[in-house]
Amino acid sequence: MSAENVELVCPAGTPAALKAAVDAGADCVYVGFRDETNARNFPGLNFSRPELADGIAYAHERGTKVLVAINTFPRAGSPEIWHQAVDDAAKLKADAVILADVGLCDYASRKHPQLRLHLSVQASASSAEAIRFYHEAFGIQRAVLPRVLTVPEIAALCAQVPIEMEVFVFGGLCVMAEGRCSLSSYATGLSPNMNGVCSPASHVRYVEKGDKVVSQLGGFTINTFGSGESAGYPTLCKGRFEANGKLSYLFEEPTSLNTLSLLPDLIAAGVTAFKIEGRQRGRAYVGNVVSAFRRAVDAIRRGEAPPEIDLDNITEGNKQTAGAYERSWR
Amino acid sequence: MSNPAKLSIGPCLFNWKPEVWRDFYFQIADEAAVDTVHLGEVVCSKRTPFFEKYIPEVAERLAAGGKEVVLSSLALVMSEKERDGVRSLAQDAGDFLVEANDYSAAAALAGKPHVIGPLVNVYNEGTLAYVARKGAIRVCLPPELPAATIAVMAAQKQAEIEVMAFGRLPLAISARCYHARSRNLHKDGCQYVCADDPDGMVVDTMEGKPFLAVNGTQTMSYHYLNLLGEVKDLASLGVGRFRLSPHACDMAAVARLFRDVLDSRIEAQEADLQLQDICRDAEFSNGYVHGQPGHQMLFGERLAGE
Repeated sequence: MSAENVELVCPAGTPAALKAAVDAGADCVYVGFRDETNARNFPGLNFSRPELADGIAYAHERGTKVLVAINTFPRAGSPEIWHQAVDDAAKLKADAVILADVGLCDYASRKHPQLRLHLSVQASASSAEAIRFYHEAFGIQRAVLPRVLTVPEIAALCAQVPIEMEVFVFGGLCVMAEGRCSLSSYATGLSPNMNGVCSPASHVRYVEKGDKVVSQLGGFTINTFGSGESAGYPTLCKGRFEANGKLSYLFEEPTSLNTLSLLPDLIAAGVTAFKIEGRQRGRAYVGNVVSAFRRAVDAIRRGEAPPEIDLDNITEGNKQTAGAYERSWR
Repeated sequence: MSNPAKLSIGPCLFNWKPEVWRDFYFQIADEAAVDTVHLGEVVCSKRTPFFEKYIPEVAERLAAGGKEVVLSSLALVMSEKERDGVRSLAQDAGDFLVEANDYSAAAALAGKPHVIGPLVNVYNEGTLAYVARKGAIRVCLPPELPAATIAVMAAQKQAEIEVMAFGRLPLAISARCYHARSRNLHKDGCQYVCADDPDGMVVDTMEGKPFLAVNGTQTMSYHYLNLLGEVKDLASLGVGRFRLSPHACDMAAVARLFRDVLDSRIEAQEADLQLQDICRDAEFSNGYVHGQPGHQMLFGERLAGE
């Protein structure tokens, strides 16, 4: 894969964020419908059908593609909501749908043979055999890789599959294999797979205890902050816990993925598309991050080293990581 | 009255010493009132070399004890070695059924009878129909599903539906090893510290409340799933099999309790007390099947699927 063909895939949780991403140079924007069919099912986010029609028109006029994420797992007994989402995305001329569920892939490939299908990160296809399965069974044309593989592993995988590979390059970071995590529902009853939410705000409490603020999820303490510290959001896997007699960020620190410096390696590995996480983010965030990555990809296209870009001010807790792309993360 | 629902012993998810692992399955073969027993490493491929030499004799002993043997595949398949492992498991299993725990294994098993494990996302009738068409004769559902979903799946009658009924719940799998991380090690140089905790390493909140358990790259529930109070209702919804996940307690006694409850030889309430005697330190939960947070324990609630 050459830098010429690399696509920047950018998040949009609102029509305003979609415009910001398009204007900042996104090659693709990914969105979801305003219901439980997508994995960012948060209050006040996502698109109605008319909003999506307008968004697609805005993007297409400017040469930007729109991908619709329908990447939760349909509820048994009522698959119609998910089927309707696929039908509507096709009708509105979305450039692709991003799916995770095998049954929904089966439905989409039979009902809409012309519709381009991408495999969501939530399907957690981590090997060449798994990716080939989705390609051969349903005609999946691009897979978003779970955040479990190192750059050399991604390179080996790209050489062994006949379809495009997309990887996350920036934003919130799942530390568990995506789509295979029920930590959220264990604490709250609501999960990414079934409800499109993780560590949902409806189950978050900040409790003052003496001079400390305790953040809780579903009644479980996730972290504690002293006066003067800003109390971070209690995402379950980014909390502080005690194990083996030691208090630590056992799973992951409150970090954000940033791979700006790894982009040339990922292109050399054969990756087709770079994905920026953050459909829950505002348009200013989206605009800033997309601009930064646009500059970086354009520099690499010109044969230059990726520029040093300071993204500290917009990352969670100001800490950044290359995550699983580096073997020592494991 | 004997209930047609069957019992299975799941694959040992923990890193037990190889001889402990072997003797555990010998005991199950000789004493446990179960129909099916799973063998194989699901969590971390680094553990396989230690016990795999015992698989043939264990499988033989189980077969001699009248148990169906199922070979379970790895959940998270990434490296060349792991991919080879899945390929050879699918090709060389002989007469044994194989359980797929990811879609690379499911694809390799397509066209012959196989089992789909609880770490594969089968959440609805569309996916169930697909895997059944490809040869799945039994599907163990993901543990977060409520009874209403289980009822819909069982009503399809496309494959036997199995439900986890005992033991710490597998909640997440990762490329990162948290057991190693808790000792300031990395996965590559892990020193196999997960072997220190035969039932997993308990994870407490900062306020000392037990919450989760770590098993190498797997994150589990602190609570032990206990569906003694629900198995008869689930069986009447059409669930064909209940899975008991191995722990370092008397699993033959655990299996006996579940069998006795299913066959109405003992009331669930009495069985609960006996289960607490068998695993003294365990706290139990059954929330998921009631559509509640997984850590909760509800008593005397009827299931929503009925």
